[in-house]
Amino acid sequence: MKIAVCIKRVADSETRVKIGPDGKSLDEAGVKFVLNPYDEFAVEEALRRKEAAGAGEIAVIALGPAAAQETIRTALPIGADRGVLLQADRVPADGLETAKALAAELKAGGWDLILFGKMAIDDYNHQVGPMVAELLGLPCVTSIGHLELAGRKGVAEREVEGGLEVVEFPLPVVLTADKGLNEPRYPALKGIMAAKKKPLEVKPATFGPGGVEVLAMLPPPARQEGRIVGEGAAAVPELIRLLREEAKVL
Amino acid sequence: MSNVLAVLEQRDGTLRKVSHEVVTGARRLADGLGGTVEALVLGAGAVRGTDALGSFGADTVVTATNPAFARYAPEGFTQAVAERAKAGGFGAVVFAASATGKDLAPRVAATLGVALAADATDVAVEGGKVVVTRPIYAGKALLKVKLTTQPAVVSLRPNVFTPVERPKAGAAQAVSVDAPAGREAGALDVAEAPIVISGGRGLKEPANFKLLEELARAFGGKAAVGASRAVVDAGWRPHADQVGQTGKTVSPSLYIAVGISGAIQHLAGMRTSKTIVAINKDKDAPIFKVADYGIVGDLFEIVPKLAEEIRKLHG
Repeated sequence: MKIAVCIKRVADSETRVKIGPDGKSLDEAGVKFVLNPYDEFAVEEALRRKEAAGAGEIAVIALGPAAAQETIRTALPIGADRGVLLQADRVPADGLETAKALAAELKAGGWDLILFGKMAIDDYNHQVGPMVAELLGLPCVTSIGHLELAGRKGVAEREVEGGLEVVEFPLPVVLTADKGLNEPRYPALKGIMAAKKKPLEVKPATFGPGGVEVLAMLPPPARQEGRIVGEGAAAVPELIRLLREEAKVL
Repeated sequence: MSNVLAVLEQRDGTLRKVSHEVVTGARRLADGLGGTVEALVLGAGAVRGTDALGSFGADTVVTATNPAFARYAPEGFTQAVAERAKAGGFGAVVFAASATGKDLAPRVAATLGVALAADATDVAVEGGKVVVTRPIYAGKALLKVKLTTQPAVVSLRPNVFTPVERPKAGAAQAVSVDAPAGREAGALDVAEAPIVISGGRGLKEPANFKLLEELARAFGGKAAVGASRAVVDAGWRPHADQVGQTGKTVSPSLYIAVGISGAIQHLAGMRTSKTIVAINKDKDAPIFKVADYGIVGDLFEIVPKLAEEIRKLHG
């Protein structure tokens, strides 16, 4: 079983977002960067599939700045075999450019599974996985919460509004992982030490001009200061009145 | 001048409510581009609800029928939408950022070789180009981008583009646009529900979520129950219900946070709600900073009282 996991280095979810001096990007000063939380499920799934198959190879591929090597290293201790960094100063604003660079890297790999997180918690694009599938001409199931593989076939479940879709597919396939697909394990100390010796290849990423021009990064509109209506159940009638007469939502 | 393709969704042969929002967003772009709106829906046969689309701003409604279109299937839908998008020479193609739209829009964009601006909360035309505002970092910031490839592919965040009834000429103009709630199959999803009631650790144990479910029922099928990350990670609620940066970002007209202190990643996921109500015993909880209305006190007394009052209104 040959498995590629595409991961991203993102600002931690507890980050207080400050806009940088260019007015178009995050001020990275003091920001802690982590492996994108949804990618943890993809890495864990790769590991479980390799264990189930009894043999195989897992490559962890990231596109990002030199510092993304650290992010790849965090994914390697839990069982991945090697890492690839497509190095670029910035991840393109156009997800299709990222997808093209990843697809070029993945094309000749002979992968059985190509895994992504369903989205990155920084740019919220949720598009690179299915775009890579489209560029490679592979089937793709996005946002999967459950996966079963048997031979060269698989069944995945994905959540849709008010229900589940059950999708059958042949291998090779591109899958994007949702929370709940599995419970990621913590790396053992032995694995962390071993990871330092695992190969990590760095190559430059190249992009086209893309179709997204960032005009501005803006703070979200401030919410008007709210107020405490009262204390305990006695305050409920006044809340109802405000919701009806002031907010007009009831 | 260029036209706009609005890609709609149906389930079990009935147009999904989010489709009205897609037509509304598409109309806004078409007005800016000086073009018309073509609404496209794929189904196994005739789709109920399409006759009302004229009043939301659609100029033409195309129902593409094929037995294989009864349910969403990525390859067939991608091909059909991409072909229509190419053939029509559209300036923009608009989707919902729903479960289906999030799956379909990237494939169509990649097939067309153009950029996608996903999960838009605002769209406009500036200098003949489509400009999209979209939340990033789960809403801690907004990114304003210009799409320079044609067609501009955009997906719209559910619940943001309030459908507007328009007195516009169109074949479907005479039809009522009163879309009844509860016509959709299955339960309401927190990402699309007009009212979301979320619970956190303050509920003390999983069984107590029944209080929130009762309150949701009092709203007569318009409310869904969400949850904080803490209670999802504790296994009290399914991950599908999680509101926050690693869950769903929601923008309902009314968000009620019950027993949720308001971690930054939770606030990011719900701060774009139109009206926020917080119920918490700790008057210093961060949730009160973003709430329009707060009640300090014991949720086990307040929530049943609230349900009772809401039932009276709907009685």
